[in-house]
Amino acid sequence: MRIPGLDGLEPSDRAVVADSLGVAIAVGAYGVSFGAIATASGLTVLQACVLSLLVFTGGSQFAFIGVVAAGGNPVTGAVTATLLGARNMFYGITLAPLLRLRPLQRWAAAQIVIDESTAMAVTRTSTRHARLGFFVTGIGVFVLWNLFTLIGALAGEALGDPRTYGLDAAVGAAFLGLLWPRLTTPLARVVALAGAACAAGLVPVTAAGVPIVLGGAAAVLLGLLLASRRAGEVT
Amino acid sequence: MTPVWTGIVLTIVGCYALKLAGLSVPERVLAHPFTIRVSELIPLGLLGALIAVQVLADGDRLVLDARLPALGVAALLLWRGVPFLPMVAASAATAALLRLLS
Repeated sequence: MRIPGLDGLEPSDRAVVADSLGVAIAVGAYGVSFGAIATASGLTVLQACVLSLLVFTGGSQFAFIGVVAAGGNPVTGAVTATLLGARNMFYGITLAPLLRLRPLQRWAAAQIVIDESTAMAVTRTSTRHARLGFFVTGIGVFVLWNLFTLIGALAGEALGDPRTYGLDAAVGAAFLGLLWPRLTTPLARVVALAGAACAAGLVPVTAAGVPIVLGGAAAVLLGLLLASRRAGEVT
Repeated sequence: MTPVWTGIVLTIVGCYALKLAGLSVPERVLAHPFTIRVSELIPLGLLGALIAVQVLADGDRLVLDARLPALGVAALLLWRGVPFLPMVAASAATAALLRLLS
């Protein structure tokens, strides 16, 4: 695999590569929890692996199996997963001027635009190091995430009833783990709680899967109202 | 094609299209302050909703069972700075243990 514009490593590259590989190993290992929860939720090993290979954005993958496992329509699952993937578009906007890729390179690079590859690229001051951080992290996570998904999926299938091992509770914990680093402001915490409260309230009265999309949408609206009111107070 | 595969294909197309759009579309088209604010709020609202449904729903009923204390353990461990994978494993083990005891 050749990273655009890079032939051989310079001494200053080593720290970037080491950081990126560290992140790739830590994050790739989460794949085992995705694989195990996916097959324990009723997906086949092939479906779990296809999600990791071709969707390759953890939050969206967990969202899809979360909706499907709750008995929701898989199309609702796809809508939820795609909405959660919208942040990757904004990562791309930030990355484009840093990475300066040619059109064909963009098609390949797009697949590895995720939280971690973005985080390891945006802090760099040169195009060379931004590319190095982005590609080493992105490709490293891709390889390990898929490997660990397969291992987890085979294990999840062998385990049988997911409830015995608390794997249904593990999905909630995984979502909380994804949410936690975002809860940095009072507004963020209010919006997340509002999403939870609206969704819980909608569970008895709507079809499975719908509370997630409607609850999330209501929380976003509330967040917009609160943010604009605060902006009004300042001016 | 089964419904699950249909959902998987839609997810693949949707998620890849968003990633490619971000890298390809001129910044001024997408980087409107309103769009950015909404995109920051979406993960918060959706993840909150996903947690509530995952932990409280059983079909179309709300139930309190081993999943809620398991989420409490997850929150405690996240607050203590425990990494993702051990945190998820401890949360699952909490639910499994509570079910074994009850």
